[in-house]
Amino acid sequence: MRLLPSGSAALLVELDGLDDVLALYAALSADPPPGVLDVVPAARTVLLVTDPAATSLAAVAEAVRATTPRPDAQTTGDSVELPVHYDGADLAEAAELLGLTPAGLVERHTGATWTVAFCGFAPGFGYLTQPGGAWDVPRRSTPRTKVPPGSVALAGEFSGVYPRESPGGWQLIGRTDVAVFDLGREPAALLRPGTRVRFVEVSR
Amino acid sequence: MSLTVLATGPLTTVQDLGRPGQAALGIGRSGVCDRASAALANRLLGNPADAAVLEVTFGGLAVRAEADLLVVTTGARCPGAPHAAPVVLRRGQELRLGTPVSGLRTYLAVRGGITVEPVLGSRATDVLAGLGPPVVAAGDVLPVGAPVAPAPGVDLAPVPEPAPGELTVSVLPGPRADWFGDAGWAGLTGQAWSVTSESNRVGLRLDGTPLERLRTGELPSEGMVRGALQVPPSGLPVLFLADHPVTGGYPVIGYVTDADVDRCAQLRPGQSLRLRSR
Repeated sequence: MRLLPSGSAALLVELDGLDDVLALYAALSADPPPGVLDVVPAARTVLLVTDPAATSLAAVAEAVRATTPRPDAQTTGDSVELPVHYDGADLAEAAELLGLTPAGLVERHTGATWTVAFCGFAPGFGYLTQPGGAWDVPRRSTPRTKVPPGSVALAGEFSGVYPRESPGGWQLIGRTDVAVFDLGREPAALLRPGTRVRFVEVSR
Repeated sequence: MSLTVLATGPLTTVQDLGRPGQAALGIGRSGVCDRASAALANRLLGNPADAAVLEVTFGGLAVRAEADLLVVTTGARCPGAPHAAPVVLRRGQELRLGTPVSGLRTYLAVRGGITVEPVLGSRATDVLAGLGPPVVAAGDVLPVGAPVAPAPGVDLAPVPEPAPGELTVSVLPGPRADWFGDAGWAGLTGQAWSVTSESNRVGLRLDGTPLERLRTGELPSEGMVRGALQVPPSGLPVLFLADHPVTGGYPVIGYVTDADVDRCAQLRPGQSLRLRSR
């Protein structure tokens, strides 16, 4: 664990990988140090955003060092099932990049549980990983200017669902009718760090 | 009680202290760009700190009171505005903000606060995420709440106004300062950066001599807060303000100290910014 400076109001904790991020995030978000407003996990880091009037960065650093990570977080989060129509525009290409048939890709995508490692890009957009998933899909060389909402996509080691229409460079493999972000629902964001996701193929 | 909007100028939004605590869901804090000025406006009216105000960019807002309302402006002083000195706007009376003499963002606060419907716990309009109340438009009728505390009875608050010309603020090293080395830090802190016209509530885009990276390769996205000086491949830093993305994939070389971000939010395109190492 390395503590990196992030100005007068935040502290960035750098870790070895996603598993460590999730484990530290689970512990810190369950019991945030006093004066911490936000705990923001990402691919290799956890950012702690403080209220400078309520705490000091030194106190927060000490609290982080004293925190025991929770490696069980990956198996104890809420579970969500997302029905997917696997008819994405990039399904064939993504399958080929992985050395699979389209049916083989669907089988692998639905075959094991994914975990939301962190969120970002847009409200409610989760970066999902599959432990030992062996996913490694390059982004599209030219991003699309409009990706439809509900698109299920792949990039790098991640899978994700676009919460709303937006530009995007991920490979589109399908779509779900479930709104992953809905302001009319409590909570609005279906996918939060630690949530486990199972994709299920809608019969064609 | 309400306020009818007659004109908005280039951009007027409803803002409060934002929605902290949801960044892990990809939802940024947003809120007023110049927190100190907005806080002063609410204090002058006896409003709670989280009462929503109007953030007016480069003047031009015109409103009509639909009831007797106590109002005040802070931040960039506009001709015609009750600047740092609360006044009662009588029912039917109009208030028209001219173009500010210096500074960029003016806060118009109303006693009782603007009480449009909150979204995810806040009345802040996040222009990057497209969350919160819609951008204020002519014809809008903005509801005003009931006061919750006695008015403090302050006639005038003497506060420094945003200055024209060059602004100098303090900068601290960021998490990836080492990607740029000593030469990069010297470049960051040794020149007068020019604020470009592509700046907005998301961030100030700075122009100057580009900063060179010592290392190549990609940085996995990581969390940021306002004040971050992120360096994209162009080498020209972006200073993030209230509607910054929750995470970013370019290295952050430094951070403007939190209190100084408020002053940066008053910079206009064409003004210069010096970042002094602290």
